[in-house]
Amino acid sequence: MTDAPVLEVDDVAKTYDVSAPLLQRLFRQQQRTLLTALDGVDLELRRGEILALVGESGSGKSTLANILVGSLPATRGQVVQDGSAIPARRDKELSRRIQMVFQDPYSSLNPRLTVRAMLSELLRVHDIVPRSEVRKECLRLVSLVGLDEDALDAYPGQFSGGQRQRIAIARALAVRPDVLIADEPVSALDVSVQATILELFASLRDELGLTILFIAHNLAVVQHLCQRVAVMYLGRIVEVAGTDEIFANPRHPYTRALIASIPRMGDTSGAADLVPEGEPPSPYDLPTGCRYHPRCPFAEAQCRELDPSLRPLSESAGRVHLSACLRASDLPESP
Amino acid sequence: MTAAAEVKSRFVGRRRARRRSARSLRAWYRNPSLMAGIVVVGALVLVAVLAPVLAPYDPIKQNLPDALQDPSSAHWLGTDRYGRDVLSRLIWGARVDLRIGFLAVLIPFVIGSVIGALAGYFGGWFDAVVMRVVDVFFAFPFLVMVITLVFVLGAGETSIYLAIAIVSWVAYAKIVRGEVLVVKEHDYVTGARLGGLSDRRILFRHITPNVLSQAVIYAMSDIVMDILAIVTLGYLGIGVTPPTAEWGSMILDGQEFLTTHWLQATIPGLVVVVTSLGVSWLGDGLADLMSPEQRR
Repeated sequence: MTDAPVLEVDDVAKTYDVSAPLLQRLFRQQQRTLLTALDGVDLELRRGEILALVGESGSGKSTLANILVGSLPATRGQVVQDGSAIPARRDKELSRRIQMVFQDPYSSLNPRLTVRAMLSELLRVHDIVPRSEVRKECLRLVSLVGLDEDALDAYPGQFSGGQRQRIAIARALAVRPDVLIADEPVSALDVSVQATILELFASLRDELGLTILFIAHNLAVVQHLCQRVAVMYLGRIVEVAGTDEIFANPRHPYTRALIASIPRMGDTSGAADLVPEGEPPSPYDLPTGCRYHPRCPFAEAQCRELDPSLRPLSESAGRVHLSACLRASDLPESP
Repeated sequence: MTAAAEVKSRFVGRRRARRRSARSLRAWYRNPSLMAGIVVVGALVLVAVLAPVLAPYDPIKQNLPDALQDPSSAHWLGTDRYGRDVLSRLIWGARVDLRIGFLAVLIPFVIGSVIGALAGYFGGWFDAVVMRVVDVFFAFPFLVMVITLVFVLGAGETSIYLAIAIVSWVAYAKIVRGEVLVVKEHDYVTGARLGGLSDRRILFRHITPNVLSQAVIYAMSDIVMDILAIVTLGYLGIGVTPPTAEWGSMILDGQEFLTTHWLQATIPGLVVVVTSLGVSWLGDGLADLMSPEQRR
């Protein structure tokens, strides 16, 4: 595993103008309303790693994923791959490089195409293999994701959710991407099936050296799969660290809350105190200072005024621990 | 790594292809409305095709001495005021009415679906313009428009095709556009776009097959509408030129004698009703068959 970043996210922001129509605004003397989905995100993905992107609903994870694959243009900042910035409007070759596995395996597969038709179309359009080897390559792809040959001539409707997700993965892998974005790929699946799909991601990383950005809303899912974890809150990355490090030594109160919210057998500790109360603040009207302070049990006066940026704290095994908490180095054990 | 092999063995797909064909076969005969539709429409089409063989008399040749006869063994449904055999005219009429009914649906179906699909997929000014035009057409009642257009274009089969096409493409455009708007938000369309596929390929290979079922189902009820329109035009005397046997003009001819020979107008009317029923059953059946839930 090398440490060269395959994909860099450089100060990416996305705001939506959700103002009322111009005339209405003029009559009622309203201001423009802007929704901030992403507010300056920096992230890098290293070759051959699985990086988890974790955060609650509305934190901007999916917006970031959509910007990475080029479905959405960023308002500010850029996506850099192997040293060169790639635009949102992509040609065939550029879009090939970053592929995505979607959350809902029931809407991510065309119900009227057999698996073979779907895969061979992509193989032909991109000239991945010579025409004569398309059949062989289809077979290789389905066996790669743990399905057998019969699956090739079936329609998506004949598969279970887990099997559909395998097909969606095969579809993404067909064009041999450099990076795979998995947008909550297991959250729509049964718990028993989740584990097998997670295993599949792990084996794809180990066997193909695939680089994966794994989006989840729950830390438990990613604990055993990912090398590094990035925690997102309200359009910002608030903490990034190696998985072991982040679980052992979380340096942002929000990360602590996420870890505390993982259900554990026989857990009687006071972890419940850390679970944030209420809803996150409205993205229309971000709080001043640290955007976590209204829910943070450790908040001090400075947190209401200073907007913290992501700063390095320590480094171990080549993985820098970054946190965007003003009190990152002196967080008390409990409030 | 052995994990992959292990995963694979746990997820061995079964013989799905075979199960699928058996299941779709069962879907066919388990679908009574489809079967009824096929039987009725099939019988009518057969009659129309075999008209020269089945019809006992020439549908056009007049035989005035035998005018206005009641049903007899020689003329099962009697004769009209020119002595023409009613049964033969009904049989030949099936040719005209079914042909116009089905063909008149085909043209607006194709035009409307393509325009609707493009409008829904690309949106923007093209969509805005198309939808305003559609609204204008929708503001007028179907029959009034068709009758007016046929008046302007002159009586005859070509005018009927043209008039119906001009008026009814809007319904297909609207249906297909709406469906495209829904389907294009599905992740598989995003997936296809990420796969670097061209807009044309995405629209016609990935979206259109998933939206056409609604249009096909509508087309079935549209056939009924068109047959009624043809019959109405015939009844108004601006449809298919006489003396061609056609159900609408038969009703028109027969209504004068409603008090004395009521069969003259009633029988073709009943045939229209049966045809409409058959086609609607066919439409219902197709709707069941094509809904995605059936494809499991």
